[in-house]
Amino acid sequence: MKDVKVLGPGCKRCTATAEMVQQEADRLGIAVAVEKVTDMAAIAGFGIAATPGIVIDGKVVHAGGLPKPEDVARWLAA
Amino acid sequence: MSTASPGRPALPRATGPRIALLAGLLLLWAAVYASLLPAAEWIVRQLPLDAEAPPGRALAFFLYDTPKVLLLLTLVVFAMGVVRSFFSPERTRALLAGRREGVGNVAAAGLGIVTPFCSCSAVPLFIGFVSAGVPLGVTFSFLIAAPMVNEVALGLLFALLGWQVALAYLGFGLMLAIVAGAVIGRLKLEDWLEPWVRDLRVAPAAVEAPTLTLADRIDAGREAVVDIVGRVWPWVIAGIAVGAFIHGWVPETLLAAIMGRDAWWSVPAAVALGIPMYSNAAGIVPVVEALLGKGAALGTTLAFMMSVIALSAPELVILRKVLTVRLIAVFVGVVGLGILAVGYLFNALFG
Repeated sequence: MKDVKVLGPGCKRCTATAEMVQQEADRLGIAVAVEKVTDMAAIAGFGIAATPGIVIDGKVVHAGGLPKPEDVARWLAA
Repeated sequence: MSTASPGRPALPRATGPRIALLAGLLLLWAAVYASLLPAAEWIVRQLPLDAEAPPGRALAFFLYDTPKVLLLLTLVVFAMGVVRSFFSPERTRALLAGRREGVGNVAAAGLGIVTPFCSCSAVPLFIGFVSAGVPLGVTFSFLIAAPMVNEVALGLLFALLGWQVALAYLGFGLMLAIVAGAVIGRLKLEDWLEPWVRDLRVAPAAVEAPTLTLADRIDAGREAVVDIVGRVWPWVIAGIAVGAFIHGWVPETLLAAIMGRDAWWSVPAAVALGIPMYSNAAGIVPVVEALLGKGAALGTTLAFMMSVIALSAPELVILRKVLTVRLIAVFVGVVGLGILAVGYLFNALFG
Protein backbone atom coordinates (compact mmCIF):
# COMPACT_ATOMS: atom_id res chain seq x y z
CA MET A 1 0.00 0.00 0.00
CA LYS A 2 1.51 3.29 -1.12
CA ASP A 3 0.81 6.31 1.00
CA VAL A 4 -0.01 9.28 -1.27
CA LYS A 5 -0.63 12.80 -0.01
CA VAL A 6 -2.05 15.47 -2.30
CA LEU A 7 -1.10 18.89 -0.94
CA GLY A 8 -3.38 21.83 -1.66
CA PRO A 9 -5.83 24.23 -0.05
CA GLY A 10 -8.76 22.68 -1.92
CA CYS A 11 -8.71 24.44 -5.25
CA LYS A 12 -10.07 22.83 -8.40
CA ARG A 13 -6.66 21.67 -9.58
CA CYS A 14 -5.96 19.98 -6.27
CA THR A 15 -9.17 17.95 -6.48
CA ALA A 16 -8.40 17.08 -10.09
CA THR A 17 -4.88 15.97 -9.09
CA ALA A 18 -6.19 13.72 -6.32
CA GLU A 19 -8.67 12.14 -8.75
CA MET A 20 -5.91 11.63 -11.31
CA VAL A 21 -3.69 9.86 -8.76
CA GLN A 22 -6.53 7.51 -7.80
CA GLN A 23 -7.37 6.82 -11.46
CA GLU A 24 -3.79 6.07 -12.47
CA ALA A 25 -3.33 3.84 -9.41
CA ASP A 26 -6.50 1.90 -10.27
CA ARG A 27 -5.40 1.57 -13.89
CA LEU A 28 -2.00 0.22 -12.85
CA GLY A 29 -3.48 -1.98 -10.14
CA ILE A 30 -1.42 -0.30 -7.41
CA ALA A 31 -3.00 -0.12 -3.96
CA VAL A 32 -2.88 3.46 -2.67
CA ALA A 33 -4.25 5.44 0.22
CA VAL A 34 -4.82 8.98 -1.08
CA GLU A 35 -5.02 11.66 1.56
CA LYS A 36 -5.71 15.35 0.87
CA VAL A 37 -3.65 17.71 3.00
CA THR A 38 -5.32 21.11 3.17
CA ASP A 39 -3.74 22.62 6.29
CA MET A 40 -1.37 25.43 5.29
CA ALA A 41 1.21 24.73 7.98
CA ALA A 42 1.30 21.06 7.01
CA ILE A 43 1.63 21.91 3.30
CA ALA A 44 4.41 24.40 4.01
CA GLY A 45 6.19 21.76 6.11
CA PHE A 46 6.87 19.75 2.96
CA GLY A 47 8.92 22.62 1.57
CA ILE A 48 6.93 23.25 -1.60
CA ALA A 49 6.11 26.72 -2.93
CA ALA A 50 3.26 25.91 -5.28
CA THR A 51 0.21 23.68 -5.09
CA PRO A 52 -1.01 21.12 -5.85
CA GLY A 53 1.85 18.97 -4.60
CA ILE A 54 2.15 15.18 -4.53
CA VAL A 55 3.99 13.25 -1.84
CA ILE A 56 4.46 9.49 -2.29
CA ASP A 57 5.68 7.52 0.72
CA GLY A 58 7.08 10.68 2.28
CA LYS A 59 8.90 11.93 -0.83
CA VAL A 60 7.79 15.09 -2.67
CA VAL A 61 7.52 14.18 -6.37
CA HIS A 62 5.56 17.13 -7.73
CA ALA A 63 4.82 20.75 -6.89
CA GLY A 64 2.73 23.27 -8.81
CA GLY A 65 0.14 22.78 -11.52
CA LEU A 66 -1.78 19.83 -12.81
CA PRO A 67 0.64 16.95 -13.44
CA LYS A 68 0.62 14.86 -16.61
CA PRO A 69 -1.12 11.46 -16.16
CA GLU A 70 1.93 9.63 -17.57
CA ASP A 71 4.15 11.30 -14.95
CA VAL A 72 1.76 10.31 -12.18
CA ALA A 73 1.89 6.72 -13.45
CA ARG A 74 5.69 6.84 -13.46
CA TRP A 75 5.86 8.17 -9.87
CA LEU A 76 3.38 5.55 -8.66
CA ALA A 77 5.27 2.72 -10.35
CA ALA A 78 8.66 3.84 -9.05
CA MET B 1 -5.53 20.78 -18.82
CA SER B 2 -3.31 18.13 -20.27
CA THR B 3 -6.05 16.37 -22.18
CA ALA B 4 -7.16 17.71 -25.54
CA SER B 5 -10.47 19.53 -25.50
CA PRO B 6 -13.44 17.68 -26.97
CA GLY B 7 -13.63 17.81 -30.74
CA ARG B 8 -9.91 18.43 -31.07
CA PRO B 9 -7.68 15.44 -31.75
CA ALA B 10 -4.72 14.90 -29.43
CA LEU B 11 -1.59 16.40 -30.98
CA PRO B 12 1.35 14.22 -31.85
CA ARG B 13 4.30 14.51 -29.48
CA ALA B 14 6.90 15.13 -32.18
CA THR B 15 8.53 18.55 -32.55
CA GLY B 16 8.52 18.92 -36.36
CA PRO B 17 4.77 18.53 -36.93
CA ARG B 18 4.12 20.86 -33.99
CA ILE B 19 6.21 23.66 -35.46
CA ALA B 20 4.52 23.20 -38.84
CA LEU B 21 1.10 23.27 -37.18
CA LEU B 22 2.06 26.34 -35.17
CA ALA B 23 3.23 28.17 -38.30
CA GLY B 24 -0.02 27.23 -40.07
CA LEU B 25 -2.09 28.47 -37.13
CA LEU B 26 -0.15 31.75 -37.04
CA LEU B 27 -0.85 32.32 -40.76
CA LEU B 28 -4.53 31.53 -40.21
CA TRP B 29 -4.52 33.88 -37.22
CA ALA B 30 -3.09 36.72 -39.32
CA ALA B 31 -5.62 36.11 -42.12
CA VAL B 32 -8.58 36.11 -39.71
CA TYR B 33 -7.26 39.18 -37.90
CA ALA B 34 -6.89 41.14 -41.15
CA SER B 35 -10.47 40.40 -42.19
CA LEU B 36 -12.13 41.34 -38.88
CA LEU B 37 -12.92 44.97 -39.63
CA PRO B 38 -14.38 44.41 -43.13
CA ALA B 39 -16.40 41.47 -41.78
CA ALA B 40 -17.84 43.48 -38.88
CA GLU B 41 -18.73 46.40 -41.19
CA TRP B 42 -20.33 44.04 -43.67
CA ILE B 43 -22.52 42.43 -41.00
CA VAL B 44 -23.69 45.81 -39.69
CA ARG B 45 -24.53 46.92 -43.26
CA GLN B 46 -26.73 43.85 -43.73
CA LEU B 47 -28.85 44.81 -40.73
CA PRO B 48 -31.61 47.42 -40.84
CA LEU B 49 -29.62 49.71 -38.52
CA ASP B 50 -28.26 53.20 -38.96
CA ALA B 51 -24.48 52.72 -38.63
CA GLU B 52 -24.17 56.20 -37.12
CA ALA B 53 -26.97 55.84 -34.53
CA PRO B 54 -26.20 54.43 -31.05
CA PRO B 55 -27.42 50.83 -31.70
CA GLY B 56 -25.38 50.61 -34.90
CA ARG B 57 -22.28 52.09 -33.27
CA ALA B 58 -22.56 49.77 -30.28
CA LEU B 59 -23.07 46.69 -32.43
CA ALA B 60 -20.17 47.55 -34.75
CA PHE B 61 -17.93 48.02 -31.72
CA PHE B 62 -19.01 44.71 -30.20
CA LEU B 63 -18.69 42.73 -33.45
CA TYR B 64 -15.22 44.07 -34.20
CA ASP B 65 -13.72 44.17 -30.72
CA THR B 66 -14.81 40.78 -29.39
CA PRO B 67 -12.94 38.64 -31.95
CA LYS B 68 -10.06 41.11 -32.09
CA VAL B 69 -9.49 41.04 -28.34
CA LEU B 70 -9.88 37.26 -28.13
CA LEU B 71 -7.39 36.77 -30.99
CA LEU B 72 -4.75 39.07 -29.50
CA LEU B 73 -5.31 37.62 -26.04
CA THR B 74 -4.78 34.10 -27.39
CA LEU B 75 -1.50 35.14 -28.98
CA VAL B 76 -0.17 36.84 -25.82
CA VAL B 77 -1.29 33.99 -23.53
CA PHE B 78 0.37 31.44 -25.80
CA ALA B 79 3.66 33.35 -25.80
CA MET B 80 3.56 33.74 -22.03
CA GLY B 81 2.74 30.05 -21.61
CA VAL B 82 5.89 29.16 -23.53
CA VAL B 83 8.02 31.66 -21.57
CA ARG B 84 6.64 30.40 -18.25
CA SER B 85 7.64 26.83 -19.04
CA PHE B 86 11.21 28.00 -18.36
CA PHE B 87 10.33 29.02 -14.79
CA SER B 88 8.82 27.41 -11.71
CA PRO B 89 8.04 28.79 -8.24
CA GLU B 90 10.70 26.45 -6.78
CA ARG B 91 13.35 27.77 -9.13
CA THR B 92 12.36 31.37 -8.51
CA ARG B 93 12.55 30.73 -4.78
CA ALA B 94 16.05 29.32 -5.14
CA LEU B 95 17.04 32.40 -7.16
CA LEU B 96 15.66 34.77 -4.53
CA ALA B 97 16.69 33.03 -1.30
CA GLY B 98 19.23 35.08 0.63
CA ARG B 99 19.12 38.00 -1.83
CA ARG B 100 19.76 41.45 -0.48
CA GLU B 101 16.95 43.97 -0.44
CA GLY B 102 17.18 46.18 -3.50
CA VAL B 103 18.58 43.79 -6.07
CA GLY B 104 16.26 41.18 -4.60
CA ASN B 105 13.20 43.41 -5.03
CA VAL B 106 14.02 44.08 -8.68
CA ALA B 107 14.62 40.38 -9.37
CA ALA B 108 11.46 39.37 -7.49
CA ALA B 109 9.24 41.81 -9.41
CA GLY B 110 10.68 40.65 -12.74
CA LEU B 111 10.36 36.97 -11.83
CA GLY B 112 6.81 37.67 -10.64
CA ILE B 113 5.80 38.28 -14.25
CA VAL B 114 7.30 35.11 -15.75
CA THR B 115 6.79 32.59 -12.93
CA PRO B 116 3.61 30.54 -13.18
CA PHE B 117 1.34 31.84 -10.43
CA CYS B 118 -2.22 31.24 -9.38
CA SER B 119 -3.81 33.20 -6.58
CA CYS B 120 -5.03 29.96 -4.98
CA SER B 121 -1.41 29.09 -4.24
CA ALA B 122 -0.48 32.55 -2.91
CA VAL B 123 -0.33 31.30 0.68
CA PRO B 124 1.86 28.21 0.15
CA LEU B 125 4.08 30.36 -2.04
CA PHE B 126 4.34 33.07 0.60
CA ILE B 127 5.22 30.54 3.31
CA GLY B 128 7.54 28.67 0.98
CA PHE B 129 9.44 31.86 0.15
CA VAL B 130 9.68 33.26 3.69
CA SER B 131 10.59 29.94 5.32
CA ALA B 132 13.35 29.36 2.76
CA GLY B 133 15.02 32.67 3.65
CA VAL B 134 13.63 35.02 1.00
CA PRO B 135 13.42 38.43 2.77
CA LEU B 136 9.88 39.63 3.54
CA GLY B 137 10.13 42.74 1.35
CA VAL B 138 11.44 40.69 -1.58
CA THR B 139 8.57 38.21 -1.14
CA PHE B 140 6.11 41.11 -1.27
CA SER B 141 7.67 42.47 -4.47
CA PHE B 142 6.95 39.07 -6.00
CA LEU B 143 3.43 38.87 -4.58
CA ILE B 144 2.51 42.35 -5.87
CA ALA B 145 3.95 41.90 -9.38
CA ALA B 146 2.70 38.35 -10.00
CA PRO B 147 -1.05 38.99 -10.03
CA MET B 148 -0.95 42.61 -11.24
CA VAL B 149 1.33 42.34 -14.27
CA ASN B 150 -0.24 39.30 -15.90
CA GLU B 151 -0.65 38.22 -19.50
CA VAL B 152 -4.40 38.85 -19.53
CA ALA B 153 -4.00 42.48 -18.43
CA LEU B 154 -1.10 43.10 -20.82
CA GLY B 155 -2.80 41.31 -23.71
CA LEU B 156 -6.02 43.25 -23.33
CA LEU B 157 -4.32 46.62 -22.85
CA PHE B 158 -2.28 45.90 -25.97
CA ALA B 159 -5.39 44.88 -27.91
CA LEU B 160 -7.60 47.79 -26.87
CA LEU B 161 -5.30 50.67 -25.96
CA GLY B 162 -2.10 50.02 -27.89
CA TRP B 163 1.39 48.84 -27.04
CA GLN B 164 2.45 52.15 -25.48
CA VAL B 165 -0.16 51.83 -22.75
CA ALA B 166 0.59 48.10 -22.25
CA LEU B 167 4.30 48.88 -21.93
CA ALA B 168 3.64 51.76 -19.54
CA TYR B 169 1.42 49.49 -17.42
CA LEU B 170 4.20 46.89 -17.37
CA GLY B 171 6.80 49.49 -16.37
CA PHE B 172 4.71 51.16 -13.68
CA GLY B 173 3.52 47.79 -12.36
CA LEU B 174 7.13 46.63 -11.97
CA MET B 175 8.13 49.91 -10.35
CA LEU B 176 5.22 49.71 -7.93
CA ALA B 177 6.12 46.14 -6.95
CA ILE B 178 9.80 47.03 -6.47
CA VAL B 179 9.20 50.20 -4.45
CA ALA B 180 6.33 48.82 -2.32
CA GLY B 181 8.34 45.66 -1.54
CA ALA B 182 11.42 47.70 -0.67
CA VAL B 183 9.38 49.96 1.64
CA ILE B 184 7.79 46.96 3.40
CA GLY B 185 11.24 45.38 3.74
CA ARG B 186 12.70 48.59 5.20
CA LEU B 187 9.95 48.72 7.83
CA LYS B 188 11.23 45.41 9.32
CA LEU B 189 7.82 43.90 9.86
CA GLU B 190 8.88 40.26 10.27
CA ASP B 191 7.40 40.31 13.78
CA TRP B 192 3.98 41.02 12.29
CA LEU B 193 3.77 37.70 10.51
CA GLU B 194 1.54 35.09 12.11
CA PRO B 195 3.85 33.44 14.70
CA TRP B 196 3.67 29.95 13.18
CA VAL B 197 4.85 31.34 9.84
CA ARG B 198 7.72 33.27 11.43
CA ASP B 199 8.98 30.22 13.32
CA LEU B 200 8.70 27.86 10.38
CA ARG B 201 12.05 26.86 8.91
CA VAL B 202 11.87 24.13 6.34
CA ALA B 203 14.34 22.86 3.81
CA PRO B 204 12.99 23.33 0.29
CA ALA B 205 11.82 20.05 -1.20
CA ALA B 206 14.06 18.57 -3.87
CA VAL B 207 11.53 18.02 -6.63
CA GLU B 208 12.85 16.53 -9.85
CA ALA B 209 13.05 19.25 -12.48
CA PRO B 210 11.18 17.98 -15.51
CA THR B 211 13.26 18.08 -18.67
CA LEU B 212 11.19 19.86 -21.29
CA THR B 213 11.65 19.62 -25.02
CA LEU B 214 10.61 22.32 -27.47
CA ALA B 215 7.50 20.24 -28.17
CA ASP B 216 6.68 20.27 -24.43
CA ARG B 217 7.03 24.04 -24.33
CA ILE B 218 4.72 24.49 -27.34
CA ASP B 219 2.30 22.20 -25.48
CA ALA B 220 2.65 24.41 -22.40
CA GLY B 221 1.64 27.42 -24.51
CA ARG B 222 -1.35 25.53 -25.88
CA GLU B 223 -2.40 24.42 -22.41
CA ALA B 224 -2.13 28.03 -21.18
CA VAL B 225 -4.46 29.11 -24.02
CA VAL B 226 -6.99 26.34 -23.26
CA ASP B 227 -6.84 27.09 -19.54
CA ILE B 228 -6.69 30.90 -19.43
CA VAL B 229 -8.61 31.92 -22.55
CA GLY B 230 -11.08 29.13 -21.73
CA ARG B 231 -11.59 30.71 -18.32
CA VAL B 232 -11.71 34.42 -19.14
CA TRP B 233 -13.62 34.57 -22.44
CA PRO B 234 -17.02 35.12 -20.78
CA TRP B 235 -15.49 38.05 -18.85
CA VAL B 236 -14.06 39.48 -22.07
CA ILE B 237 -17.43 39.28 -23.81
CA ALA B 238 -19.28 40.73 -20.80
CA GLY B 239 -16.72 43.53 -20.54
CA ILE B 240 -16.99 44.35 -24.24
CA ALA B 241 -20.79 44.27 -24.06
CA VAL B 242 -20.70 46.84 -21.23
CA GLY B 243 -18.10 48.78 -23.23
CA ALA B 244 -20.33 48.67 -26.33
CA PHE B 245 -23.24 50.01 -24.29
CA ILE B 246 -21.08 52.88 -23.02
CA HIS B 247 -19.86 53.60 -26.57
CA GLY B 248 -23.37 53.70 -27.93
CA TRP B 249 -25.39 55.47 -25.26
CA VAL B 250 -23.29 57.32 -22.69
CA PRO B 251 -22.92 61.00 -23.70
CA GLU B 252 -19.41 62.06 -24.74
CA THR B 253 -18.68 64.43 -21.88
CA LEU B 254 -20.58 62.79 -19.01
CA LEU B 255 -17.49 61.35 -17.39
CA ALA B 256 -15.11 64.25 -17.97
CA ALA B 257 -16.28 65.98 -14.80
CA ILE B 258 -16.08 62.92 -12.51
CA MET B 259 -13.28 60.89 -14.07
CA GLY B 260 -11.39 63.54 -16.04
CA ARG B 261 -7.85 64.61 -15.26
CA ASP B 262 -8.93 67.90 -13.77
CA ALA B 263 -10.82 66.09 -11.03
CA TRP B 264 -7.82 65.40 -8.77
CA TRP B 265 -9.87 63.51 -6.19
CA SER B 266 -11.01 60.96 -8.75
CA VAL B 267 -7.75 58.97 -8.49
CA PRO B 268 -8.07 58.19 -4.75
CA ALA B 269 -11.78 57.58 -5.27
CA ALA B 270 -10.99 55.07 -8.05
CA VAL B 271 -8.48 53.23 -5.81
CA ALA B 272 -10.92 53.06 -2.87
CA LEU B 273 -13.71 51.87 -5.14
CA GLY B 274 -11.49 49.15 -6.60
CA ILE B 275 -10.60 47.35 -3.36
CA PRO B 276 -13.95 45.69 -2.59
CA MET B 277 -14.56 44.94 -6.26
CA TYR B 278 -13.50 41.60 -7.55
CA SER B 279 -13.08 41.16 -11.24
CA ASN B 280 -10.16 40.39 -13.45
CA ALA B 281 -8.39 42.28 -16.17
CA ALA B 282 -10.50 40.53 -18.79
CA GLY B 283 -13.70 42.17 -17.60
CA ILE B 284 -12.21 45.53 -16.65
CA VAL B 285 -10.06 46.57 -19.62
CA PRO B 286 -12.88 46.79 -22.22
CA VAL B 287 -14.87 48.97 -19.81
CA VAL B 288 -11.77 51.11 -19.21
CA GLU B 289 -11.36 51.54 -22.96
CA ALA B 290 -14.96 52.68 -23.36
CA LEU B 291 -14.75 55.08 -20.39
CA LEU B 292 -11.69 56.71 -21.95
CA GLY B 293 -13.75 57.60 -25.03
CA LYS B 294 -16.16 59.47 -22.77
CA GLY B 295 -13.66 61.80 -21.16
CA ALA B 296 -12.29 59.66 -18.33
CA ALA B 297 -8.55 60.13 -17.73
CA LEU B 298 -6.22 57.19 -18.46
CA GLY B 299 -4.41 57.35 -15.10
CA THR B 300 -7.66 57.38 -13.16
CA THR B 301 -9.08 54.38 -14.99
CA LEU B 302 -5.80 52.43 -14.77
CA ALA B 303 -5.55 53.17 -11.04
CA PHE B 304 -9.03 51.71 -10.72
CA MET B 305 -7.97 48.64 -12.68
CA MET B 306 -4.77 48.12 -10.66
CA SER B 307 -6.72 48.49 -7.43
CA VAL B 308 -9.31 45.93 -8.52
CA ILE B 309 -6.61 43.42 -9.48
CA ALA B 310 -3.83 43.98 -6.90
CA LEU B 311 -5.91 44.82 -3.84
CA SER B 312 -8.86 42.50 -4.04
CA ALA B 313 -10.75 41.73 -0.85
CA PRO B 314 -10.81 37.93 -1.44
CA GLU B 315 -7.03 37.84 -1.79
CA LEU B 316 -6.62 39.83 1.42
CA VAL B 317 -8.81 37.26 3.19
CA ILE B 318 -6.54 34.48 1.89
CA LEU B 319 -3.41 36.35 3.02
CA ARG B 320 -4.93 36.84 6.49
CA LYS B 321 -3.97 33.20 7.13
CA VAL B 322 -0.30 34.16 7.22
CA LEU B 323 -0.26 37.91 7.90
CA THR B 324 -1.52 39.76 10.95
CA VAL B 325 -4.17 42.43 10.42
CA ARG B 326 -1.53 45.12 11.05
CA LEU B 327 0.71 43.75 8.29
CA ILE B 328 -2.24 43.54 5.88
CA ALA B 329 -3.06 47.18 6.67
CA VAL B 330 0.54 48.18 5.88
CA PHE B 331 0.42 46.15 2.65
CA VAL B 332 -2.84 47.80 1.53
CA GLY B 333 -1.53 51.24 2.54
CA VAL B 334 1.79 50.96 0.72
CA VAL B 335 0.34 49.41 -2.44
CA GLY B 336 -2.61 51.84 -2.41
CA LEU B 337 -0.27 54.83 -2.20
CA GLY B 338 1.80 53.35 -5.02
CA ILE B 339 -1.27 52.98 -7.22
CA LEU B 340 -2.23 56.58 -6.44
CA ALA B 341 1.20 57.72 -7.61
CA VAL B 342 0.90 55.64 -10.78
CA GLY B 343 -2.56 57.12 -11.45
CA TYR B 344 -1.33 60.70 -11.18
CA LEU B 345 1.80 59.91 -13.26
CA PHE B 346 -0.27 58.32 -16.05
CA ASN B 347 -2.62 61.30 -16.08
CA ALA B 348 0.37 63.63 -16.38
CA LEU B 349 2.10 61.57 -19.11
CA PHE B 350 -0.85 60.59 -21.30
CA GLY B 351 -3.06 63.63 -20.70
